[in-house]
Amino acid sequence: MGRYVARRLLQMIPVFIGSTLIIFCMMYALPGDPVRAMMGDQAYDPAVVASIKKDLGLDQPLLQQYVNYMTGLVQGDFGTQIASQRPISDVITDAFPVTIRLTIFAFTFVTLVGIGLGVVAGLRPDTLRDRGLLTLTLVLVSMPSFVLGFLLQYLLAFKWSVTTPTVTDSTDFGQLALPATVLASLSLAYVARLTRTSIAENLRSDYMRTAVAKGLPRRRVIGVHLMRNSLIPVVTFLGIEIGSLMTGAIVTEGIFNVRGIGIEIYEALTRREGATVVGIASLMVLIYLAASLIVDLLYAVLDPRIRYA
Amino acid sequence: MRGAKSAKWVAGAIVVALAATACGGGDGDEGKSKGSGPAGYVSIDVGEPQKPLIPADTNESNGSYVIQALFTQLLDFDSKGEIVYTNAESVTTEDSKTWTVKLKKGWKFHNGEDVTSKSYIDAWNWYANIKNNQQNSFWFQDIKGYDDVHPEKGDPKAETMSGLKALDDHTFTIELKYTMPYFNYKLGYATWAPLPKVFYDDPKAFGQKPVGNGPYTFEKWDHKKLIQVKAWDEYQGPNKAKNKGVQFKAYTTLEAAYKDVVSGNLDMIRQVGPTDLPKYKQDLGDGAIEQPYAAIQTLTPAFYSKTFKDIDPKVLQGLSMAIDRETITKTVLNNTRTPAESFTPPGVKGNQDLDTDVFTYNPEKAKQLIEEGGGVPGNKFTVQYNTDGGHKEWVTAVCESIRKATGVDCVGDPKPDFATDLEARDNDQVKGMYRGGWVADYPVNANFMKELYHTTAEANNGRFSNKEIDKLMNEADQADSLEASVKAFQEVEKKLVEHMPAIPLWYYRINGGHGKNVDNVNVDFHGDLEVWAVTTK
Repeated sequence: MGRYVARRLLQMIPVFIGSTLIIFCMMYALPGDPVRAMMGDQAYDPAVVASIKKDLGLDQPLLQQYVNYMTGLVQGDFGTQIASQRPISDVITDAFPVTIRLTIFAFTFVTLVGIGLGVVAGLRPDTLRDRGLLTLTLVLVSMPSFVLGFLLQYLLAFKWSVTTPTVTDSTDFGQLALPATVLASLSLAYVARLTRTSIAENLRSDYMRTAVAKGLPRRRVIGVHLMRNSLIPVVTFLGIEIGSLMTGAIVTEGIFNVRGIGIEIYEALTRREGATVVGIASLMVLIYLAASLIVDLLYAVLDPRIRYA
Repeated sequence: MRGAKSAKWVAGAIVVALAATACGGGDGDEGKSKGSGPAGYVSIDVGEPQKPLIPADTNESNGSYVIQALFTQLLDFDSKGEIVYTNAESVTTEDSKTWTVKLKKGWKFHNGEDVTSKSYIDAWNWYANIKNNQQNSFWFQDIKGYDDVHPEKGDPKAETMSGLKALDDHTFTIELKYTMPYFNYKLGYATWAPLPKVFYDDPKAFGQKPVGNGPYTFEKWDHKKLIQVKAWDEYQGPNKAKNKGVQFKAYTTLEAAYKDVVSGNLDMIRQVGPTDLPKYKQDLGDGAIEQPYAAIQTLTPAFYSKTFKDIDPKVLQGLSMAIDRETITKTVLNNTRTPAESFTPPGVKGNQDLDTDVFTYNPEKAKQLIEEGGGVPGNKFTVQYNTDGGHKEWVTAVCESIRKATGVDCVGDPKPDFATDLEARDNDQVKGMYRGGWVADYPVNANFMKELYHTTAEANNGRFSNKEIDKLMNEADQADSLEASVKAFQEVEKKLVEHMPAIPLWYYRINGGHGKNVDNVNVDFHGDLEVWAVTTK
């Protein structure tokens, strides 16, 4: 078990180096010079541009720049932003907690409501409530998040004044509720459908019949025998979903004015702040890797037949 | 089961660790500021400044809002573009080459230090020095000795510009390299602000927590969320704050900011987004602001491109007359612009009626002129623009208008973002025309011609070059008074119509607004809301 985790952790190193190199090259290949772009439309002085680039090491060849960047990164230095001249680690620590809060909120929502709905529908397949859920999820899947975002914002904040239209304080979970719900809605639909199918399938399996025949109480049959086996595909999906909830929030963050990692990486991209993009993206890579490791470990919890040596 | 058990522990531990970091980040990283902040403060949507808050390193609008609140330079302009002395008692000259500045006495920085001639001279020398990488350093290029501190290549040869001399604590002279009758107008730009001594100890820290001499003192900068400044009681300038303080709040979209104005969480918005433009006047009532300011948008031909190399100006005049500015500004642009009638917007000294029909829509004459001029090579040209700035709609409309009126095929040449767009312009890779824009640095007509169409001008990306016009501009710069210079530039403008270095499209208007909690929201000449004059109700 310990060795398995250690091996997985070691495997992360080459993945990490490879992904940062790819992102770094991509940023480098993009047209547009960040220092020049900073100067804008009006007149500017090329001598200053050259001097800034020299000070930041942006005039060096690609590989040299990458080596410099990685050397800094290993020592915990994410580099400095070109325009704002702030350390990138500061920028990330500002935006990251916001995203994490939003993601945790959305993730909890997805897990509880999604699995709940799925179980309710799956236990009675092809009844009215099952059809109702199918229709609801169909609507959620087909509605783009910005439509849902603007709609809920309009209804809840302007028509009924239940909540504030935008997030002014990201530590206030009341304000985060709306963006988190919108963010969660798509995955919610998938989780509900996945759970429903899995439950409906396993209801007909042999071990279920055995459990019922043994005369076990219904709560135990469903709570332990059925759920544990049905949740494996759902857990896989949820694990991957953590990552996409974090990075996929650009649209939602924009509508509700949440200053998270999504907006940050988008802005850095349009400004060609290479180091910021690479920094945030590699952090995302790490989160994906960690999430998939947790998922694999959870398999063992859910299904005793799976063991890691 | 053993494996399963330890897996449970590992997973559990990771979940706990994640939750802990989440909570740790949440503590106290922002105050509970609901609504518009502390009592008496006003709020406005101003995003994160691009750069540290140093006057000469800021040229974008977010940063300059904050800089203008914290710093005061020698003089400023009223909404008509006339000079208003702020920190200076007077700025005078006899020969347009040597200028004498008298400072008002008793002015202080927020930390109590006196504002003296030295505060200005030292600051300007520091700004201009190439080693300090200040974005606006070229603003000091007219001063004698600039080339010593800011050589085109290599290290500076001197630390100070020889043209700056302090006569006493409150008087100093500026000697220029050449005559420039409108030099005092340049001094109205926030870049010319003085710096206190503490700046030189640690410029980097200063840029995060500036100490100025302006109407507001710095309170806090919560990155990408909020900058808060407090009204300074001891301020002596004419633009003393009429509110208790200002919150500059960052929004991710114009729409989000607009919603907060409507719901009362934000007091002022600088620009209403396109989706809200049709209804903002009903939503905001008296709070809606619509005012022209000194900025212009043009279609600028790249005179090195295959299409427009050695083109007959008549063709450009024809293309100009094929654009139905009136209809496009009303429909596609939702009245956010005013059709252009010259190369300089109103509100700029020297703006004149050019008495020409080149800017009026006239399909027949347009066709005729293009034919006389020999037509557009290939009967087709492109207009380059960046797709991240909301330009696509009007470029399409302009092209449609030209195509319909003259049969010349015009297509957009979209670049994914501004950086790519600029790179193509700088490297002379524009294939036909590009979307040009210019906001007044100082409200004098020279700014809209010399900086754009002189052969040596840095922003002349169309590479327009005409010896006669260069000569006229150089002469206008040597005029012995401001009036004479403005007049001479008016003559240049008349000549520009004959040569068409660009096709003026329209002047900008600000379409902003304010909520019910504030009053007295005015617009200055370059389209900024005058924050200091805003009062709370």
